[in-house]
Amino acid sequence: MSVLAALTVALALDAGVLDKIARGSQPEREEALSALVAAGDAGAARVLRALLEGRLHAAPEGAVLIERDGAFRDALTGASVAAPDDLEKVTINNRLRRSLQRALLALELSAPEPERRLEAARALLQAPDTDLLPAVEAALQRESDARVREALLTTQGMLALSAPESNRRLAAIAQLERVPGASTKRLLDDRLAVETDPAVRTALQRAVLGVEASLRRADTAGLVFSGLSLGSVLLLAALGLAVTFGLMGVINMAHGELLMVGAYATWVVQLAFRRWAPGWFDWYLAVAVPASFIAAALIGAFLEVTVVRKLYGRPLETLLATFGASLLLMQGVRSVFGAQNVEVANPGWMSGGITVLAGLVLPWNRIVILLFGSLVLLMVWMLLSGTRLGLLVRAVTQNRQRAAGLGVPTPRVDLVAFALGSGIAGLGGCALSQIGNVGPEMGQGFIVDSFMVVVLGGVGQLAGTITAALGLGLANKLLEPVAGAVLAKIVVLAFIILFIQRRPQGLFALRGRAADE
Amino acid sequence: MSTVLSRRLVGLGAGLSWPGRPLDGHGLRALYPRRTWAILLGGYAALAILVPLLNLAVPASSAFHLPDHAVALGGKILCYATVALAMDLVWGYAGILSLGHGLFFALGGYAMGMYLMRAIGTDGVYGSTLPDFMVFLDWKELPWYWAGSDRFLQQAALAVLAPALLAFVFGWFAFRSRIRGVYFSIITQALTFAFMLLFFRNQTGFGGNNGFTDFKRILGFPLASPRTRAALFALSVTLLFAALVGCRMLVRSKFGRVLTAIRDAEDRVRFCGYDPVGFKLFVWTLSAAICGMAGALYVPQVGIINPSEMSPANSVEIAIWVAVGGRGTLLGPVLGAALVTGAKSWLTVAAPEAWLFALGLLFIVVTRWLPNGVLGLFRREAK
Repeated sequence: MSVLAALTVALALDAGVLDKIARGSQPEREEALSALVAAGDAGAARVLRALLEGRLHAAPEGAVLIERDGAFRDALTGASVAAPDDLEKVTINNRLRRSLQRALLALELSAPEPERRLEAARALLQAPDTDLLPAVEAALQRESDARVREALLTTQGMLALSAPESNRRLAAIAQLERVPGASTKRLLDDRLAVETDPAVRTALQRAVLGVEASLRRADTAGLVFSGLSLGSVLLLAALGLAVTFGLMGVINMAHGELLMVGAYATWVVQLAFRRWAPGWFDWYLAVAVPASFIAAALIGAFLEVTVVRKLYGRPLETLLATFGASLLLMQGVRSVFGAQNVEVANPGWMSGGITVLAGLVLPWNRIVILLFGSLVLLMVWMLLSGTRLGLLVRAVTQNRQRAAGLGVPTPRVDLVAFALGSGIAGLGGCALSQIGNVGPEMGQGFIVDSFMVVVLGGVGQLAGTITAALGLGLANKLLEPVAGAVLAKIVVLAFIILFIQRRPQGLFALRGRAADE
Repeated sequence: MSTVLSRRLVGLGAGLSWPGRPLDGHGLRALYPRRTWAILLGGYAALAILVPLLNLAVPASSAFHLPDHAVALGGKILCYATVALAMDLVWGYAGILSLGHGLFFALGGYAMGMYLMRAIGTDGVYGSTLPDFMVFLDWKELPWYWAGSDRFLQQAALAVLAPALLAFVFGWFAFRSRIRGVYFSIITQALTFAFMLLFFRNQTGFGGNNGFTDFKRILGFPLASPRTRAALFALSVTLLFAALVGCRMLVRSKFGRVLTAIRDAEDRVRFCGYDPVGFKLFVWTLSAAICGMAGALYVPQVGIINPSEMSPANSVEIAIWVAVGGRGTLLGPVLGAALVTGAKSWLTVAAPEAWLFALGLLFIVVTRWLPNGVLGLFRREAK
């Protein structure tokens, strides 16, 4: 394969090269191929692809033709021509096939669109191939796009790591150090195992240490981020519960199922958009967010009127009755939408992620949910602290009888607050649908977790709820690598049980006079 | 709010669990009137003697023959009824709604399951002295906590002690810091949830997902034989009867009076100079121990125990048995467990879709319209 590396004569696609490719001997064909790659002639890709797909034809004499759907065109000019009688398909062997694939990939590097070049550079990163080093170096000379350059430099470093000259290897190490990642570390480790030059060895060892350190940093940052992300989901799940529990002292066991209702509402809206307005698909969340709020709020209000209100003053029975409601909702959804999980597609702008550190990609959907959670929190806070409704809710939370005595219509406040709390759960479900499975059982896992948030945070305290949600999310995720996911959960639960020993009223106790609550 | 609430509860509780004046007489006569004793003993004898007879002695062709699966189902329901009774002891009489009683039941079951796994001996799929799942995990020897698990008496004791100890430690922490009401309920749910996760892990050493199954024999008797089954059935009836009488003695005693007082107005009891912690802790631990016994009898009859027994939904179902039958009465939960689990085994076959709807509705209907359960209906009519 050194043929490729040795050859530096740059040639564009012309009749001579074409003739060599179509009719030449094996070495001649390889030579022509590498010349094309080195020239970076993107126009040649058409011919090479035709050859790879068995559509290149040639007679012993004359023009080389490309067949497409039974019609023949001149490979050079593109003009339609009639097929001569002695036309034969140009055949290739496996070795040439590999060279062709490689050449096509290398030619992609000189595609006019930066996105295509970036894709080709990334593909090269995935499957590094020493034979492509000249092509990569040639591409680097012309490349202007920063992202493509970055990827190409990495590839170059990767390929040059086994170069015979030690100064080139040193340069490659320096280059790789700048893009730390698991694959870089593997490459450096592999090289370290066979390297004999002492200077290069020290450089390698230093580079491995550096890469390991930045990998650890990226790991920690990633854990913190996923902890915050889990925390924001918990927050969305717990906010509504905190409002209703604080207000009425009842646990709504169907709260998790209200999340599920929100998620299914999102799914339905998404289906409707895909069916009737595919052009607007990227904006379906603008409808799904209010739809999930309204769906969950309506069901919550219905639940309040039919069940919760009737059991006023019997919190344990309310707990059981709402558990019954959760079974009904779950089975209802199962009957209507099926027992299987449904898939909610992210809008286009939410897929992918941003690379903050090498080896750490933050997915957009999680970032959006973090922001969404903060936004919902802000709105709830404004609602509770700045509106008349919020004033009434706070009054009833603090002292129901006195509030009633002062003329607060407590039943109506209960109803509105319950609907609001349910609606927030619906929003949580909408957010969840963007990062996880949507199924009839999705709400089940949340009731324990979100109640833990409420218990830990204390009743009627938004600050407590926030701290507890983010704290629990972080604790779960940071413990996971140490103890494993299940043990981390158990440790957190044990911690909460012990915590309540010391502060039965939660982190931020509000009530001073509640002796019998 | 709270005083109104507790006054209402006092009224409710007095009407329910305290039938007017204490009965005359001593000893057994103080527990039940003579007629109730006759019914109870008759029922016990009918179940413990007649059912095995109808199953074993009556030929299969006869109309009076009781098929094996009916005995198995009956044994299962009896164990559930015992759990319901234990649940009622804490919920109906001490006002503690536990959403984690399935955990104690399952722990008892697991303790017995360990013995049953060891009793398989080398008859397992892999022919090893180790339980199959350990061979599958490529373990070479038993973990330390399996030591002596081939001794029946040790495991039978463990089936009672393990749940009791867990309940004691948990209760000590919880009651001491005065966690009650829905807080307590949810924390018990978290507890059983955590244990379920723990037992789902293969590394925990209890068979992970699949739990224990494929039992062959107990104390040398083959589990597949109808005679062993009948004996286990009779034992289950005995356990239920003993638990019923024992609980009755407890709730009719002075201890029981304090317990109901704690249920109705805990703070007043404290202001009167009683420390509720000891009372609650005792009855809570006792209840867990009874659940453990029921679980230990349940596993050989059903032939399987796995972590799904610890799922929070299972524990909430126990609460609905009690609510359906009528909490604060000891016979109610027994009746409720039989009704609900009977309906469940019928409906899940006849109309699987409908079962969860029915159960969900049952929760709402019972809490809204039947606060005293089925027995409450009769009681009101009697008045």
